[in-house]
Amino acid sequence: MDVKALQQRLDYLLGPVLSARRGTEALAQAIAALEEQQQAFVLHWIEVIDRSNYELAYQFAAAAPAALQRLDETAARTWLLDALDRYDREGLHSGTRALQDHAAYTGIADHAQAASFEQHANVLRLFVCGLAGRPLQLESAAVTCTDTDTLYLPSRITVMPSAAENFNIYKVLATLLWAQNRFGSHRSDLAAACAAYPDPQYATALLMHLETLRLTPRIAAALPGIARQLVAWQNGATDARCAPLAQPEATVEHSLALLADLYGRYEPPPQPWRIMLHTEARSRRDARVQRERGELAALLAQLLEGQQQQGGGDDDAAGRFSIDSSTAADGSAEYTLKLDGRPLEAPRAVAERIESLLQDLGEIPDDYLLNEGEDADKTGDDESSLTVGEASAGNPPFHYDEWDCRRRHYRRHWCTLREVELKPGDSSFIDATLARYRPQVQQLKRSFEALRGEDRRLRRQHHGDDIDFDAVIDARIGLRNGVEMPERLFTRRHKAERDLAALFMVDMSGSTKGWINEAEREALVMLCEALEVLGDRYAIYGFSGVTRQRCEIYPVKRFDQPYDAAVRGRIAGITPRDYTRMGAAIRHLSTVLSAVEARTRLLVTLSDGKPDDYSDHYRGEYGIEDTRQALLEAHHAGVRPFCITIDHQARDYLPHLYGPARWTLVDQVEKLPLKVAEIYLALSS
Amino acid sequence: MTATLTPLHSKILPAEARIIEQQPYYQPLGDEVALFEAACANQLPVLLKGPTGCGKTRFIEYMAWRLKRPLITVACHDDLTAADLVGRYLITNNETTWIDGPLTRAVRAGALCYLDEIVEARRDTTVVIHPLADDRRMLPVEKRGELLQAPPEFALVLSYNPGYQSVLKDLKPSTRQRFVAIEFRYPEAATEETIIRSESGCDAATASALVRLAQLTRNLKGNGLDEGASTRLLVHAAKLIMRGVSPSSSCHGAIAEALSDDPEMLRTLDEFAASVF
Ligand SMILES: Nc1ncnc2c1ncn2[C@@H]1O[C@H](COP(=O)(O)OP(=O)(O)OP(=O)(O)O)[C@@H](O)[C@H]1O
Ligand SMILES: [Mg+2]
Repeated sequence: MDVKALQQRLDYLLGPVLSARRGTEALAQAIAALEEQQQAFVLHWIEVIDRSNYELAYQFAAAAPAALQRLDETAARTWLLDALDRYDREGLHSGTRALQDHAAYTGIADHAQAASFEQHANVLRLFVCGLAGRPLQLESAAVTCTDTDTLYLPSRITVMPSAAENFNIYKVLATLLWAQNRFGSHRSDLAAACAAYPDPQYATALLMHLETLRLTPRIAAALPGIARQLVAWQNGATDARCAPLAQPEATVEHSLALLADLYGRYEPPPQPWRIMLHTEARSRRDARVQRERGELAALLAQLLEGQQQQGGGDDDAAGRFSIDSSTAADGSAEYTLKLDGRPLEAPRAVAERIESLLQDLGEIPDDYLLNEGEDADKTGDDESSLTVGEASAGNPPFHYDEWDCRRRHYRRHWCTLREVELKPGDSSFIDATLARYRPQVQQLKRSFEALRGEDRRLRRQHHGDDIDFDAVIDARIGLRNGVEMPERLFTRRHKAERDLAALFMVDMSGSTKGWINEAEREALVMLCEALEVLGDRYAIYGFSGVTRQRCEIYPVKRFDQPYDAAVRGRIAGITPRDYTRMGAAIRHLSTVLSAVEARTRLLVTLSDGKPDDYSDHYRGEYGIEDTRQALLEAHHAGVRPFCITIDHQARDYLPHLYGPARWTLVDQVEKLPLKVAEIYLALSS
Repeated sequence: MTATLTPLHSKILPAEARIIEQQPYYQPLGDEVALFEAACANQLPVLLKGPTGCGKTRFIEYMAWRLKRPLITVACHDDLTAADLVGRYLITNNETTWIDGPLTRAVRAGALCYLDEIVEARRDTTVVIHPLADDRRMLPVEKRGELLQAPPEFALVLSYNPGYQSVLKDLKPSTRQRFVAIEFRYPEAATEETIIRSESGCDAATASALVRLAQLTRNLKGNGLDEGASTRLLVHAAKLIMRGVSPSSSCHGAIAEALSDDPEMLRTLDEFAASVF
């Protein structure tokens, strides 16, 4: 493209952020100087970024020519995706800064022996999860450090001659950052401590060296292989003055004291990769400890109340919690929760808080377990009571990735999803439905009965648990007549077992208001009646929400709940809500479904239209592609998706989502109640 | 002229009553030996709970030896019916012959009867287990119209892994509440090292590395693995190492591949193995 054509295109793409003083001429000239392929790359990504933010697209256009001069395509992609990630997480300012920082990516020219974060992220996540006993967040970033919530690792490592060695550096870095958190490096504000020295960079390097010396023996207890590499990194630089750091009782305070002592008098050996400090490490850690302490207190209070009710009138028990914890040689923590000296099984929410606090503190101080009772209410710290309230609601948020088809990349932890209780509706609805459809329900039950995995007796078997007397008589007659005795003389019971679990996800978006909602509820009533006959395991969940921050799932019937009055109440209580961000709902529910042990796992969606959400581009291609990606993930996890829709436009997009055969259109809403059960029957026989 | 009965025999006579003459190696994990003896002395049936490969089978062999009773083991599978346990008629030379099933034989012989992984069996097996497991201690042999009274030496033991069976496959409360339960967990690190060393003859350093490896994999339970490495797998790896196979290949073959098929998980497990030695 020539400059003029480019400028026209840029004017069009960046129009909203141009002004009298900000034109596109210089941009067009710079881009025109690039190779054709690079030009296409830039224009394509401007279009993509436009959908997130025009200003960011402009900043990209401005940075791209210089960046593409020095970066090859892989590196440029990494640069760009990192910047978009930053924008997603931290906003325009950070995104812009990341775009300008392309120099940091020059080292990562396409290199056959490189190791990249993208390539190894999953293995590193599992690795760290094995160390910590719980999943930790890992992300790639320009600076290798930890803020105690997340471990930030380089996006690419090329300093070693082989890919295996480069990967090894990742492993060692991840282990070191984990160990900093596990063994209390950020109990002190190290970034501030280093900043107080005349040369903060040198101070940081020295302190990180000292901390590494302190952490190495701890790491050696669990992972001698990694500790050996760390020792090799220190390159024999052992100073007698550092020896006390290897003692088991050494803490970060010892490292800080040595830093003061050695500052200016000691040169730490160069490292293959430098670990830095995050300015917020200490504050995040403290905030987390504070929050979890509050949550733990609230949960323990609840637990105590439950115990006292169970115990019935045993009021004079002190209600005092205690924790026996011990640290095994390998650094893993074990603990027992006790109430008045008796061991107590900690509910999951409690256990999670305790384990997390143990990771941060090494042990749980006694005053964290005090039952503050009324005192706490009186002091009434608003903020903490807010978090406590949320915690006791007991529904922790789930985070799911979302597929961005334009970036061809996941947006990490993009959606926040919660399970929300449904208020029971008017149960006369159920009776009315059953009365209205009585003959059809009978009919359905009969056809479902025919499918039931019942015991049948197989005759004339080679072996079995009983004798088939007809066969024996025949055989005797045959024998008398000189015919050889047949071998099949037994009967055997055979159970045609249906090893199937089905999860129905029901669209509760606003567009179902009126007829559709009623038809959905009727369909569920009929379905449940029929399924009870069949004995298949099934669950029902509604889904809706507004924006990625508030995806909601409404459990109607979980797998382990019987079809009872409470479930019927919730079916009656299904009401139209907001939008349909399908991807997150599918990811959540296919996780639920995968946890059920069954040969076949069926995920059936009842839907009235395309995926859609409030104002953030989920409508259209983006939503469809994310939904498709979520369905593919479900498929990989062994879930078979199927869709029942009433959208007459379904033919345009459902085959793309579910394949040609895995969906059905019910063309009249009023048929839905009968059809759903029938379709299920056809699907599962 | 007769029906070929070999497949039938092999199906219903899987477990001969075994008298265990040599003391099996068993490393107690807690007070389970005393508990088991007390339960047997009171004619109470026992339920062994715990993850796979943590020593349940070994324990029961040890107890059979200690109590000097024959042991009959039945590995339950999803096709196992009450008739498989109680017995059935066979046809030989124009005659019907009754053959006792393993449970009936155990009752008659006053043996320890160990039903391994009971939740796998058909639901109808509870019909014969229930009357045996409460204070009646009776076994109805319906087809012969017999009602056997179990002698005091007879002991019924079930095993059950609460870990990875879904809620839907849980043991019914009416079954559960008939049994004295003994819970097996993975042994403490030092005990587990002792077990590995005695079973494989490996040195202390190898055993301790393997136990640390196991700990890392157990941390991944629920985050990519259904179950962490059991003591059994550690013993397997140690035995391979003792035969001169390198630690990393031994751990890959005996542990990683036994836990997962997922390529990224396998790589992670290999990285663990590379780091613990
Ligand atoms: N306490 C123990 N003492 C001695 N050996 C043990 C002990 N625990 C485990 N082992 C070793 O682990 C191996 C597996 O144990 P075992 O076969 O008893 O497991 P299990 O609990 O019966 O498993 P599954 O549920 O899979 O049948 C044994 O062969 C033995 O080598
Ligand atoms: Mg066993």
